Amino acid sequence: MEILKEISESIQQGDGEKVSELTRQAVEQKIPPKRILDESLIGGMNTIGERYKAHEIFLPQVLLAAKAMYAGMDVLRPLFLKEGMPAVGKVVIGTVQGDLHDIGKNLVGIMLKGAGFEVIDLGNDVPPEKFVEAATKEDATVIGMSALLTTTMPVMKRTLELLKEKGLTGKIRTIIGGAPVSEEFAQQIGADGYGYDSTNAVECVKRLVLMQTQ
Amino acid sequence: MRKILEIPVDEIRPEEDAVLETQGIPSGQELTEDVKALLNRATDLYLGLSTPRAIISDISIPEFADIYHGEGKNEKDTPLDAIFRKTDSLALFAVTIGERVTKKIDRLFQANDFALGSMLDSVASAGTDKAAGRVESRYFDLLSEKGEITPSKGVLRFSPGYCGWHMSGQKKLFEFLRPEEIEVTLLESYLMKPLKSISGVLVAGDKEIFVFDDSYPFCSVCKSRSCQERIKALFGESRPNRKKGVV
Repeated sequence: MEILKEISESIQQGDGEKVSELTRQAVEQKIPPKRILDESLIGGMNTIGERYKAHEIFLPQVLLAAKAMYAGMDVLRPLFLKEGMPAVGKVVIGTVQGDLHDIGKNLVGIMLKGAGFEVIDLGNDVPPEKFVEAATKEDATVIGMSALLTTTMPVMKRTLELLKEKGLTGKIRTIIGGAPVSEEFAQQIGADGYGYDSTNAVECVKRLVLMQTQ
Repeated sequence: MRKILEIPVDEIRPEEDAVLETQGIPSGQELTEDVKALLNRATDLYLGLSTPRAIISDISIPEFADIYHGEGKNEKDTPLDAIFRKTDSLALFAVTIGERVTKKIDRLFQANDFALGSMLDSVASAGTDKAAGRVESRYFDLLSEKGEITPSKGVLRFSPGYCGWHMSGQKKLFEFLRPEEIEVTLLESYLMKPLKSISGVLVAGDKEIFVFDDSYPFCSVCKSRSCQERIKALFGESRPNRKKGVV
């Protein structure tokens, strides 16, 4: 359908007003909201993700597209009131206790939502107990933890230990990221994944969700 | 000497390349109109909201040796450990651009204005670094006024969390410097508030004492590697080619 393609293209151009207007028109044309969401909004962001990976565009254009996508989601959200926005998985994210840097975590959250995930953002300075409690309560598949300080990286390990104590290792998957964090550190503490940037984190979360559903 | 420095905002406008690098945009890349507009808006916001201030306080070599030892968590072999003992003058410093920029970034993200929020964060980080560079210059000027440094010498800054100096070094540094006077505080995790702040030591001395190669074990995991650029800037075009530990 032409209008679905137009919405996707408007997302890629970062034109939120046009996305909003076209999404409204698509709804009026009785196109199922789930189809608009999957084909136009998530589809548009998937294309953006591919172009970003290919270095055709850079972070600012990705974020302009994300804002435009959110404008479309705002139109669709009331239509999913009963059953909630359909999501490919639920992820709890936060910056670990003692750390107030949340730009990186925010970017991951934005990209995850763009890929169709439901994101529970716990903010910054999040203790291990809060990560585990929120993931359990929300029935989340993945916990994503961010740290920008070497001194706060041990909180990631403590969260994994708490998951183990509660018998949740393997039931709730974990991904970590942030400037001082590395693949080696992730392996060392037993995290299921490591995201070196926001798009890589999304790919990793997709893999983890797939592992859980298989 | 203990001094509060007011830094004019127009002195801490960051270089475009430094900002774009943190946005993942390589140097020399032609910018699209939307990215140019974002950069201009973010820079205007940064210049309008920043309140750059710094504090410096002289410290002797033995006093600094204790602060540098900190909680005993530094790497075994570090460049600063060798450098500060050869210095003419040392001063602890903290510099901040204030809290208003960080609050604005939060508000932009809450309003889904991610691109501008992220760009403002990059501008503010590069700007804070520039402010720290201004503190280096001002310290050089202050020493010059007292006749304690000559143009052939240089000043370079080092911060906890870099070059093998453990983050926990912030504790003793803050106890000595007391930067609360410029409203910079330290959290238990050794993180500073406002977030856009830098603390450390200013080292003044012969330029040769600063030369080291980035071949320490911890250098391999360092994602910044700005040390070599800063050493190079100190020498201008005349930096001697030298390996670690060899003059």
